[in-house]
Amino acid sequence: MNAVVEEHLNHDHKPTGIGRWLFSTNHKDIGSMYLWFAFTMFFIGGALALIIRAELFQPGMQIVEPEFFNQLTTLHGLIMVFGVIMPAFVGLANWQLPMMIGAPDMALPRMNNWSFWLLPAAFGLLIASLIMSIMGMGSAPNFGWTFYAPLSTTYGPDSTDYFIFSVHLMGISSVMGAINVIATIMNMRAPGMNYMKMPIFVWTWFITAYLLIAVMPVLAGAVTMMLTDRHFGTSFFDAAGGGDPVMFQHIFWFFGHPEVYIMILPAFGIISQIVPTFARKPLFGYSSMVYATASIAFLSFIVWAHHMFTTGMPVAGELFFMYSTMLIAVPTGVKVFNWISTMWKGSLTFETPMLFAIAFIFLFTMGGFTGLMLCIVPADFQYHDTYFVVAHFHYVLVTGAAFSIMAAVYYWLPKWTGNMYDEKLGKLHFWLTCISANVLFFPMHFVGLAGMPRRIPDYALQFAEFNQMASIGAFVFGFSQLIFLYVVIKCVRGGKKATNEVWEGAKGLEFELPSPAPFHSYTTPPQVK
Amino acid sequence: MRAVSRPLGLACLLLASNPSFADYQLNLKPGVTSFSQGAYDIHMIVMWICVVIGIIVYGAMTYSILNHRKSNHPNPAKFDDNTTVEILWTVIPVLILLGIAVPATKVLLAMEDTSNSDMSIKVTGYQWKWHYDYVGEDVSFFSNLSTPIEQIKNQAEKTENYLLEVDNKIVIPVNKKVRFLFTANDVIHAWWVPALGVKKDAIPGFINESWAEVPEPGIYRGQCAELCGANHGFMPIVLEAKSEADYVAWLDSKKAEKAAADASGDKTWTMEELMAHGETAYMTSCAACHQPGGEGIPNVFPGLKDSAIAIGDVSKHIDVVVNGVAGTGMQAFGPQLNDADLAAIITYERNAWGNNTGDMVQPSDIKSAR
Repeated sequence: MNAVVEEHLNHDHKPTGIGRWLFSTNHKDIGSMYLWFAFTMFFIGGALALIIRAELFQPGMQIVEPEFFNQLTTLHGLIMVFGVIMPAFVGLANWQLPMMIGAPDMALPRMNNWSFWLLPAAFGLLIASLIMSIMGMGSAPNFGWTFYAPLSTTYGPDSTDYFIFSVHLMGISSVMGAINVIATIMNMRAPGMNYMKMPIFVWTWFITAYLLIAVMPVLAGAVTMMLTDRHFGTSFFDAAGGGDPVMFQHIFWFFGHPEVYIMILPAFGIISQIVPTFARKPLFGYSSMVYATASIAFLSFIVWAHHMFTTGMPVAGELFFMYSTMLIAVPTGVKVFNWISTMWKGSLTFETPMLFAIAFIFLFTMGGFTGLMLCIVPADFQYHDTYFVVAHFHYVLVTGAAFSIMAAVYYWLPKWTGNMYDEKLGKLHFWLTCISANVLFFPMHFVGLAGMPRRIPDYALQFAEFNQMASIGAFVFGFSQLIFLYVVIKCVRGGKKATNEVWEGAKGLEFELPSPAPFHSYTTPPQVK
Repeated sequence: MRAVSRPLGLACLLLASNPSFADYQLNLKPGVTSFSQGAYDIHMIVMWICVVIGIIVYGAMTYSILNHRKSNHPNPAKFDDNTTVEILWTVIPVLILLGIAVPATKVLLAMEDTSNSDMSIKVTGYQWKWHYDYVGEDVSFFSNLSTPIEQIKNQAEKTENYLLEVDNKIVIPVNKKVRFLFTANDVIHAWWVPALGVKKDAIPGFINESWAEVPEPGIYRGQCAELCGANHGFMPIVLEAKSEADYVAWLDSKKAEKAAADASGDKTWTMEELMAHGETAYMTSCAACHQPGGEGIPNVFPGLKDSAIAIGDVSKHIDVVVNGVAGTGMQAFGPQLNDADLAAIITYERNAWGNNTGDMVQPSDIKSAR
């Protein structure tokens, strides 16, 4: 065998320097890039949130103008949804799916590279609009992350076009990522791993990928219609031209509701991996977990108008969407009960990933309760577009989705780096994050019920105390994340060596690989019994 | 609930205390109408169901965390399913949900019945004010935020109803079923008065409806609930319910006001009168965007100080104010304000902040320009 063939067979060759990252087709490198990208965006979106909370620290306008405040809320929402939660989950999928199903890499590695590298372009466009706004060259998008027409069409700032193309790029990136996930899971499972033997994280991502393929094109359609309304004389959303502004909301939420499950189903998967490990007991009700995930995904397509109860739907419509939304509580409840039953009579230890997982179950359930309250139409008339809604979705997205991502990073970081992270600092990070998140978001329930609308830069005096409390929580929460950054960097650079198994109770193919895992994971497929 | 939550809330407050303790509140209020009472009741039912489920779920978790930790329970059990409990915890939630759905449906059906109303008021959302039109009464007016800009900019002490006060309240009679018809002139707004339990989107090109029957005279405050642009946080709603007699008297006074305003359009005004009236009208209708000092907001709302329009051709200036500028935030004020208001505003804009053109615009100029 000559040297060239030898070199070719040795799959560990890789370009070095910047080329390693620009041209990478490796699931681990791309996964790392996704995760670092999400982490960066987390700090940017978080900084915007801190400006918002600083402005809301007391009544009166202190720091920003109302116009800029709206740009902050818009960019905060868009960055956190599309730039943090979604890329972080894709990053986790990239790292974990091949290892968990016993494959060498993702099925479509070049597409993987492209789907990542579209993201910096997309967010470059979006953030450029904010930078231009700060430099006094026009307004960034200022219509909220839901960009309702006609505020975003007829009345949108020039930068709306940046936003539209940015969303297009994000959509292409997500759809390609989803295709890759599906192709990988369908074709590259190790021999013997039939569908009902796949780890739950793989299952939840499999279903999430279908949701992405189904709804990202709908979002692309919505922004394209905006584009033609703005520049090519159509009137999809303009009543004056025979269009319908409410239709925009139907299309947006037909994307938007599955989107919220896109941001939570992989979290369910992560929690279902972590809880059994630290309970030293198999996951309770594996098959019901799979069916519950599938039911939630199905229901997510028929509940969208519960975001629109005040738009003046017919009563029959309101009742349908109320009932269908109530049904979601059933499979979601099944999941929570299954996690608790997994813990029940286990042998529990509380390392940082488990702490985040338990906090997830507690606090996501809080968000679930307020979700149930919100679906009751007569009560929703009072809750809609208030801080009660803000509290609800931050409980499911921050203490839900974001906590699950933190749990996942702590859980798999030793596998990725080969080093254990600093457990003391991890726990410090957990407790600061968990307590401050509640100081931040719990009072929002109160001001919401008391009548404070969301997305306002200034408020009446009776809302002052709880807003002040929320702002204090926000700053502690924000700065606590620097500890997370430090722990991750410290772990990447060194530390106590991790075993193959990493955790005493860990099961799964990824824990049969050495730590750190080899560049091409499983070069020969393992046999699954 | 209140007995528990009050001390809890106070304890929290000590952590983040503020010199001015306003009357904070933790829960929804029952409000004053059957409509808002219905929302409150169903809210409390669902909240208590959540509390009970929460106690069970969190209790089980806490028990497990305390008793099944490795130090107490070194040998984990092996079970990983149990069909009976899985069926139970699927069926029981379904039954609970049915128990919620029945009262929720009843309340909703009562709310959505706008038939047999005694009177109708058309509510139109504008950026950033509300317009009320008493159908069949020839009474209509705008309702603007009346909190002084100095309070918002922290140059003056904030008063009790900061941001929840307006120049013209919407007035309704008590014990009458009042139907509201909602629409909007520009973007989507939402009209919300918590004490009435009414929150409805005001959508351009569409009409939504809701209703209220208020049993007690009183003043009820609310806010716009749908993001509608820069001053979304500054378009409150103040509704006053009056006894039938007081309501009729109020209606008559509004009609007299309108007659006086119409008459003012026929006389010739002096410069001082125009400037004085113009300043008031400018602060109400124009200052939210163009700012009290006429400097505007760079790249968002153009300034008027030294602007080509405000010191240039008068007829162009009148045209912009009366007909608006298509495709921008500049509304057509012709249909919104009377001739005297428009004449005064334009005169003010042409002579304030050092614009000093000396031009005087009379109501008759507006009339001929319309």
